[in-house]
Amino acid sequence: MEKKIETQVPSRRRFLQKTLSLIPLAAAGGSSIVALSAPAAESQGVSDHYVPTYFNNDEWRFILAACDRLIPSDSNGPGAVSEGVPVFIDKQMELPYGFGHLWYMHPPFASAIPELGYQSSLVPRETYRQGIKAINQHCQQQFQQPFASLGHEQQDAILHDLDAGKLTFDNVPGKLLFEQLLENTKEGYLADPLHGGNQTLASWKMIGFPGARADYQDQMNLPNQPYPLGPVSISGKRSV
Amino acid sequence: MAAIKKDPVDMVIVGFGWTGSLMAMELANSGLRILALERGEQRDTYPDFAYPRNTDELTYGIRLKLFQNASRETVTVRHATADTAMPYRRFGSFLPGDGVGGAGVHWNGMLWRPLEADLKMRSTVTERYGKSFIPPDMTVQDYPFTYAEMEPYFDKFEKICGASGNAGNINGEKIEGGNPFEAPRKNAYPTKAQKRQYGGDLFAQAAQGLGYHPFTLPAAICTESYSNPYGVQLGVCNYCGFCERFGCFNYSKASPQTTVLPALYQHKNFELRTQAQVIRVNTDSTGKKATGVTYIDAQGQEIEQPASIVVLSTFQLNNVRLLLLSKIGKPYDPLTGEGVVGKNYAYQMNGGIKLFFNKQKIFNPFAATGATGVFMDDFNSENFDHGSLGFVGGATISATTTGGRPIQQMSTPSSAPRWGSGWKSAIKDNYLHNMGVGSSGSVMPYKQCYLDLDPTYRDVHGQPLLRMTFDWQQNELKMTNFIKEKAEGIVKAMAPDHYDVGFMGMNAHYDVRPYQSTHTTGGAIMGDNPKNSVVNKYLQSWDVPNVFVLGACCFPQNLAYNPTGIVGATALFAANAIRTQYLGNPGPLVQA
Ligand SMILES: Cc1cc2nc3c(=O)[nH]c(=O)nc-3n(C[C@H](O)[C@H](O)[C@H](O)COP(=O)(O)OP(=O)(O)OC[C@H]3O[C@@H](n4cnc5c(N)ncnc54)[C@H](O)[C@@H]3O)c2cc1C
Ligand code: SF4
Repeated sequence: MEKKIETQVPSRRRFLQKTLSLIPLAAAGGSSIVALSAPAAESQGVSDHYVPTYFNNDEWRFILAACDRLIPSDSNGPGAVSEGVPVFIDKQMELPYGFGHLWYMHPPFASAIPELGYQSSLVPRETYRQGIKAINQHCQQQFQQPFASLGHEQQDAILHDLDAGKLTFDNVPGKLLFEQLLENTKEGYLADPLHGGNQTLASWKMIGFPGARADYQDQMNLPNQPYPLGPVSISGKRSV
Repeated sequence: MAAIKKDPVDMVIVGFGWTGSLMAMELANSGLRILALERGEQRDTYPDFAYPRNTDELTYGIRLKLFQNASRETVTVRHATADTAMPYRRFGSFLPGDGVGGAGVHWNGMLWRPLEADLKMRSTVTERYGKSFIPPDMTVQDYPFTYAEMEPYFDKFEKICGASGNAGNINGEKIEGGNPFEAPRKNAYPTKAQKRQYGGDLFAQAAQGLGYHPFTLPAAICTESYSNPYGVQLGVCNYCGFCERFGCFNYSKASPQTTVLPALYQHKNFELRTQAQVIRVNTDSTGKKATGVTYIDAQGQEIEQPASIVVLSTFQLNNVRLLLLSKIGKPYDPLTGEGVVGKNYAYQMNGGIKLFFNKQKIFNPFAATGATGVFMDDFNSENFDHGSLGFVGGATISATTTGGRPIQQMSTPSSAPRWGSGWKSAIKDNYLHNMGVGSSGSVMPYKQCYLDLDPTYRDVHGQPLLRMTFDWQQNELKMTNFIKEKAEGIVKAMAPDHYDVGFMGMNAHYDVRPYQSTHTTGGAIMGDNPKNSVVNKYLQSWDVPNVFVLGACCFPQNLAYNPTGIVGATALFAANAIRTQYLGNPGPLVQA
């Protein structure tokens, strides 16, 4: 079991590096598709055949790069990108959620103390569209490159500034974009794979959540004992 | 004027959740023609909550599929009358239900009876500590009935639910394993107590060591094969972990679907119309008699439904809003203190401590019901002496686990990073190895905390939203700080490697973002005269006696417990009064 994970991680990481390094070429080619020439990858996450529905090329490169920093692949297993989280986020943008149809979005809008909650007029689709544009403009000015082309340290520094509310833009507060992104990245990473992320159940396996098993009568009689079975998804995927 | 007018019915029930379905069932044998109007969709255990689809945290737990859609209708919130209220745009703090079964579908199932003192709060506090103990702006009141009067209805609701638990007091005899503070009950719970989580065991040990009285939480979670008084069968809960915010696929958590509807649907004199949003109660020219309701159907048509009796069972907030929109009862004015509709809005005051143990302890948080927990009542209500403490009310303290949903219920120590490899390590190291000790506290009503209609924001049908003016007051903040000390004492005795305290400070303001509870109360309170209340003890409107208003809107103040025990029992009590008194002699059941 453990062994399998060990051997999978490096290959996923290789794939990920390939994905990220190839995207600029595809984007530079002006293609509307993030096309990769790599052969069918082992990863079940963001495949080279995935065509984002909502995000354009620049945005997609940002999402891939940012997700990779928020939840990287490391010795604890695959990260957000190889688990398909960018695909999850892209799909969410096409659902009522992405359009803000689950929130009360009627005017007038006004700023208020944080305790009164979400008061932005932006829905998730717009938060991403305007936020990514603003960050890339910022990165162009500072580093003459978009966010996705920066080194990890620079990317992390920008994410930390957004997180801390230190970096903000005219149309969208940096913190708002960051919260949207972090929330969706964690959702995709920890949700059932039917939504597009968590494709190998790696997060569930890592933390010890059995997924959709939903039957723990016996386990209740075994306080402080580990649950013996690995995770299963709604559609019957297993992690081993 | 509504273009379409339907055939009259004897009783129209507005909202088809817990209270609406109980009312319909209790009157189904009376021969009345009963119509229930529900704004949401039809739902049943199969196929809507079927396994494995129901185990989808994102859809149900995070995107809130079963709940009211905020884009259609919400409330506005402000802390004080001088502030501008802003819409509660994105649900967090509380989650009103929607669709057949209402919030009774996706509730947790924690099931309580009130303590005796909870029902006569003002007189108990005054007797014990003197009149001046109650702050001048605190509008605490007694319920208009006694515990003894209500006992058969608490009992009946527990039986309908197939509730599980250990009795602590049967006919005055204290029983080991139950809650020694509970008021006397006539019968034991219909099914045996839930299994405990490991965290509950540790909490119980520590609490007992400190001389407290822990017990397993009573719940509307069925733990044995059971047929309820309506002849509906419940199955044994399997601790699936998808209870809170989800429908039960296993026919084990009590909901209208698992306890009432299969029996109710047999009755030919009962009709249910879904996707029927009632926008007002209609009254005749005197304003003293309701003639029916107007609703908007799925096609957007406005429809008039005549009825002889109107039952509002649309949940606490919606009931108050419908009364205001229909101009039934005098709206409350916080400046003069006059009027009653909207008065005494209250919520609950919670606190929590997260305990992190090293990997030696495994808590398996995914193996739980919405209501697995060990509680203690030693600092609840009047179970302890407040003389030197300077506050009214109290709280339960507990170790509760309501599931281990990885997106929403992940706990990491406050020192852990929020993202990156550090976050990954933190969730890996802590998911199975942490637990919580929490408190749920009462909230008293105040002159300055109330509900009215918002002047600016409207719902999808163009009607004003309900406006909530509410903030934490010193009394409750003092209470929660006292409880914090007690809870921390227990946590220290449990000796975790690390713990994070999350109780409100003395300057805290009500925050709509984190989920706290859907235990909003008041606004159409019950009392013994029309000056101090909207409805009498039978939940009958003082002003328009053929209107009955069910739900937690009738609570004069909020208690520490979850509300549905009283909500269910008072609905049954009202139904009984309608059946045995009102139908034979329509008119006010209590003379004002
Ligand atoms: C997540 C959650 C957890 C909870 N956990 C607990 C718990 O553990 N213990 C406890 O005691 N309580 C709990 N509660 C509270 C409990 O669910 C409620 O007390 C109970 O359901 C209230 O019953 P009701 O009939 O007043 O309202 P509901 O059951 O909510 O039913 C109201 C119905 O009216 C409908 N409606 C509203 N407006 C209109 C309109 N204008 N026209 C037509 N229909 C309308 C709604 O769609 C809904 O179906 C919880 C609630 C939530 C949301
Ligand atoms: S924990 Fe039990 S009662 Fe709750 S949903 Fe699962 S089976 Fe039903």
